[in-house]
Amino acid sequence: MTGRPLNCGYVPLVDCAPLIVAQELRFAADEGITLNLLRQPSWAALRDLLALGHLDVAHMLSPMPTAMSLGLSGPAAQIDALMVLSANGTVIGVSTDMANAMRATGWTGGFDNPRATLTPLLTALDRPLRVGVPFPYSMHRLLFDYWVRNAPVVGASDIRIVTQPPPLMAEAVQAGEIDVFCVGEPWGSVAVTAGVGELVLPGAAIWANAPEKVLAARRTWVDDNAESVGALMRAVVRAAQWLDQPDNRMLAIEILARSAHLDLPVAAIEHALTGRFATRAGADPVHVPNFVRFHTNATTFPWRSQAAWIGSEISRLTGIDKTHAISTAQSTMRPDCYRTHLGAMGVDMPGASAKIEGALTHPTAVASTRGQMILGPDAFFDGKTYDFAPKN
Amino acid sequence: MKIAVIESDRARAIGIIDALKEDGWQDVVVLGDVTGLARKLAALEPDLVLIDLDNPSRDALEQVSAASDPQGRPVAMFVDRSDDEMTKAAVAAGLSAYVVGELRPERIRPVLKTAIARFQMMSQMRLELAAAKQALADRKTLDRAKGILMRAKGLGEEDAYALLRKTAMSQNRKVIDVAQALLTASDLLG
Repeated sequence: MTGRPLNCGYVPLVDCAPLIVAQELRFAADEGITLNLLRQPSWAALRDLLALGHLDVAHMLSPMPTAMSLGLSGPAAQIDALMVLSANGTVIGVSTDMANAMRATGWTGGFDNPRATLTPLLTALDRPLRVGVPFPYSMHRLLFDYWVRNAPVVGASDIRIVTQPPPLMAEAVQAGEIDVFCVGEPWGSVAVTAGVGELVLPGAAIWANAPEKVLAARRTWVDDNAESVGALMRAVVRAAQWLDQPDNRMLAIEILARSAHLDLPVAAIEHALTGRFATRAGADPVHVPNFVRFHTNATTFPWRSQAAWIGSEISRLTGIDKTHAISTAQSTMRPDCYRTHLGAMGVDMPGASAKIEGALTHPTAVASTRGQMILGPDAFFDGKTYDFAPKN
Repeated sequence: MKIAVIESDRARAIGIIDALKEDGWQDVVVLGDVTGLARKLAALEPDLVLIDLDNPSRDALEQVSAASDPQGRPVAMFVDRSDDEMTKAAVAAGLSAYVVGELRPERIRPVLKTAIARFQMMSQMRLELAAAKQALADRKTLDRAKGILMRAKGLGEEDAYALLRKTAMSQNRKVIDVAQALLTASDLLG
């Protein structure tokens, strides 16, 4: 039985798992749709094909809908985020030479200390730092900038951002093109296994609940295809629920490794889904709780406040008007679709569609429709909080 | 106008250069190796960059276009809002173009038209090549499956094929799928 086909673009990363699982475990078929999963060679290609209508929906870096809707990236198009596909799931690493230079300044490693790692990172080399990110408008880029920008030891001009497609990141490190890499799994572990780099932090150490990928679509398509949107969101949220049951993770690794869609070996996929990382070749693995999250703690909910944070950071990077960037960003998140399509199937809904970002250092119960919602932790490494609610 | 073409396949690169030169654009350079792309482009100072939509290095170009270097010339993906059809045709042909500096759309359009035509031809060739390869692989699979049946059941070649065909029809499957299943089973049983 095949359902209505939806052209669905993705980039081969572990965090496209909800889309692959929705299709392979037939959550999509149960909703009467078929996800026509179309692998994309770059974020730019995915963006153009979505903007021009060759794709109906896409697995997208969380800042991309805002950047596209602001006209900053590619063909102008109003792109919305129906839901969040994953939180966290990225790593920051350095070349082996850079790691040795950091150790010479007294850095002792560890995978959980953004404050203690910052100064060695910025002072290890006596030349500008070249930082690889997957795309100009990526959470990786925003988190790296957020981490280093208030450090007293370096000026922004001493950092050069270089864009590298994730599968080419390890090669770029090896070729000496970049000193630091910010990348989604499995590509950080690939650099470690290849012996060309070491991991210094998970992205979650900078923001404990950073929306990483979203399920994106053109606003006109969302408005004209309510039935498909509902079927798609239900299938994907079921896949996300399935992925976050700990017992399913080993099976998920098998499914992803076997699926022709990802084309990666088990060894590359398992780090992200088990949260166990060797930070350098041959070292004992360290465990990172919540390394990547798909459903628990309201991960899938498209918070307008998360979008506002993204809008504010994009305004800082590009110099465009902050109020305009924030309001555009907020308009791209569609909690209205989320409530309409997922409320009836019993997904727990938060009372509000915005919250104070960074306020929770521990998991905390909050008011919700079913009374079962736990949020957080969502703290920033510097302890700051962000409240984008209008002030009266 | 200096045009840079990013293409690692030599034959394809030559095809694009020839097409552009034939139509009067002489100043065309090819970047085959994409390592350090941003740096190389800065040294070349092209006015227009053409790149395959499928090239993973497109994201590196995005960085060049997002960089706000006050001395550098602005780089932007060419999207002709007055000619939406052309943008769509470029994407359909698998081509993307980046404009460096302040080139006017009227000057870019003819280059793009030539490049789109060439890219369409090349993707057609790529499709045909893939289809030919598949046909060849399918024939080998069929031949091996027929061989297995001929040995195991003492059939002639035509009868072996007829058996595959009959099985496929009764199971509502393709002949090639039945042949593939037979090979897999035969490999498993050693």
